[in-house]
Amino acid sequence: MTDSIAERVRRIATGIFQVPLDRVLIQSSPETIETWDSLQHLNLVLELEQVFGVRFSPDEMAQMVTVEAIVGILERMGLPEADSGS
Amino acid sequence: MNTRAIETQDSLRRDIDLAVSRGDASLALTLLGKFWREYPGPATASYLLASFEELRPVWNPRVFRLIVLRSFTVEPVISLLQASAAVNGIDLRVEIGGFNAYAQELLDPHSSIYETAPDGVVLAVQTRDVVPQLWSEFADLSPAAIAQTVEEVLRSYRGWIETFRSRSRAHLIVHTLEIPEMPSQGILDAQVREGQCESIRSINRGLLQIAQETEGVYVLDYDALVARFGRGVWHDEGKWLSVRLPITAHCLVHLAHEWLRYICPLAGKSCKVLVVDLDNTLWGGVAGEDGFEGIQIGPDYPGAAYQAVQRAMLDLYHRGVVLAVCSKNNPAEAMEILARHPGMLLKPQQFAALRINWNDKARNLREIAAELNVGVEALAFLDDNPVERQWVRSQVPEVSVIELPKDPMDYARALREACVFETLKLSAEDRERGKYYEEQRQRQDLKRSSSSLEDFYSSLQMEAEIGEVKPETIARIGQLTQKTNQFNLTTRRYTEQQIKAMSLDPTCRLYALRARDRFGDNGLVGLAITRQRRDEVEIDTFLMSCRVIGRTLETALLAVIADDAHNAGARRLSGWFVPTPKNAPAREFYSRHGFTRTGENKQGSRWDLDLEHRTIQSPPWIRVRICIKEAIS
Repeated sequence: MTDSIAERVRRIATGIFQVPLDRVLIQSSPETIETWDSLQHLNLVLELEQVFGVRFSPDEMAQMVTVEAIVGILERMGLPEADSGS
Repeated sequence: MNTRAIETQDSLRRDIDLAVSRGDASLALTLLGKFWREYPGPATASYLLASFEELRPVWNPRVFRLIVLRSFTVEPVISLLQASAAVNGIDLRVEIGGFNAYAQELLDPHSSIYETAPDGVVLAVQTRDVVPQLWSEFADLSPAAIAQTVEEVLRSYRGWIETFRSRSRAHLIVHTLEIPEMPSQGILDAQVREGQCESIRSINRGLLQIAQETEGVYVLDYDALVARFGRGVWHDEGKWLSVRLPITAHCLVHLAHEWLRYICPLAGKSCKVLVVDLDNTLWGGVAGEDGFEGIQIGPDYPGAAYQAVQRAMLDLYHRGVVLAVCSKNNPAEAMEILARHPGMLLKPQQFAALRINWNDKARNLREIAAELNVGVEALAFLDDNPVERQWVRSQVPEVSVIELPKDPMDYARALREACVFETLKLSAEDRERGKYYEEQRQRQDLKRSSSSLEDFYSSLQMEAEIGEVKPETIARIGQLTQKTNQFNLTTRRYTEQQIKAMSLDPTCRLYALRARDRFGDNGLVGLAITRQRRDEVEIDTFLMSCRVIGRTLETALLAVIADDAHNAGARRLSGWFVPTPKNAPAREFYSRHGFTRTGENKQGSRWDLDLEHRTIQSPPWIRVRICIKEAIS
């Protein structure tokens, strides 16, 4: 099973936006996912914070406009390897 | 979350989806509860709510309508709250007030809180919003200005709450104000009377005062909630400044859970009985293997963890929760420990029912419910063994099974956190309930030794005091209408406000029955409400607590009502029997007392007694004392 940050973010997004996994692509954004409104954006942020054990700054939250951007921010946070048993 | 965690989550989801698609409600509900406990969060919440929606045809929750008035962003908390309410059998419909519009909404007679008649309203307001002077501008204030500010805030609250109470019957839950993590004067704040924290605390004391003076208004100690998880951890300054959400992601579920602790008792989702296992739950170790000397129970590690569980159980006992044992042990060994082990805080007589045997626990639980005269949904079950918990969930899904963590040192906390025992009011009866059941066991013994039923009734030396509603009994009377399911002819639920209104209505009569016998005082256990229309008196409500079913007290009460109606010039006494899944014990009540069936509709059957030609004989073995003024004249 692929378990990259990108994959985990996509899975989380499907849960929040209630759309199938194949509809959430790396370039997905509020323009391509209808349920990605401001409340669900906040829920996505909160879910990511809980799952990855991080806290995003207001600037980062504002930049999280595509799946790719979210993955970039998480990668820059220097998370431990996904399978390290966290 | 690693790969294995994702796989476990996926397989649990597949099991849930399968159970949901098959319409297997009890399995689906069990798994959804497990899923929520293990992965609480926004994604799980939306998945759960979608699953509950699909289960709707086979899911039978209580509906509760809530409005949240707020000064901050609460939207992400709502789905968490709805998911955790659903897991507890409550279909929670929530409406959120306008951002920071709570004052207008409380004062405007046309606001949605008054037009939609919700069951409950939460007033979630932060210190920094309602009284910024005491939050960030505190250092600018003189002592006189501080006192004045406190007074003004309390005056506003009083105005909002009184207006609310005069226009709405809904329950109101008011958040207290939190104190700052870092007071503006540093450690000096704790040295002075008019410090920042102390000023905010005095507002909170004032809120408690207002709540105590106003019916149906409850305080939620938000400050204590924040402190419980740590002020620094709770607060998220970045989200507060950007989206007005002041709470850290992983703390949102704690606020949802705190709200649920209020909603459960208000929605009538509460358990009356806590049934516990013995080995590794009430004490450490196994009685059959470790023996009296070897089990762990005492003030030191590791026995202290189990004493903490017993302390939590004792606290519940004093709150009116009935205790019972259901365990797989050799009865003699277990009873020896219960009765004589010096480490035990609980005593055998504090358990109202004991099932210590090798039978199936689901069957034992059903027997305990029958013995205590309650439905199985009134039981909560505490057992360290996950297999037993799962078995009970699958066999008796109505029982609330309390989930226990792995470490016994966390057991007491898990028990204290269980919403099903929460209560917002404690009547004198609640405090004494444990003792009532102890007396009940003595009555059972007497019944076994009596030669006939009449002999048993006479030897009980029963006394019934029938009186009017008094201010100090309104809470208990409201509670009787809310909680009595079995001997209840119409099962009409009334709030305290409604009871009060009826007691002032000249066409209404309320009869409260208090019962005593040689074993003790049963407290207020019966209630009848009648309404007179010209020459007819109709019985609106007639109920007896399960504690006294089968002792003919209902006949004594009915005799008083019939006499009273006759004296008031009525020619007919009438009443409805409205069948429910639980009130079979009351089904024959009217026919047994000589009433004739005169009508029927979808709800039930109507019964009449011709007062000119018939009377009701009060049982000779009950001494009846009537404390109603008009009845004597």
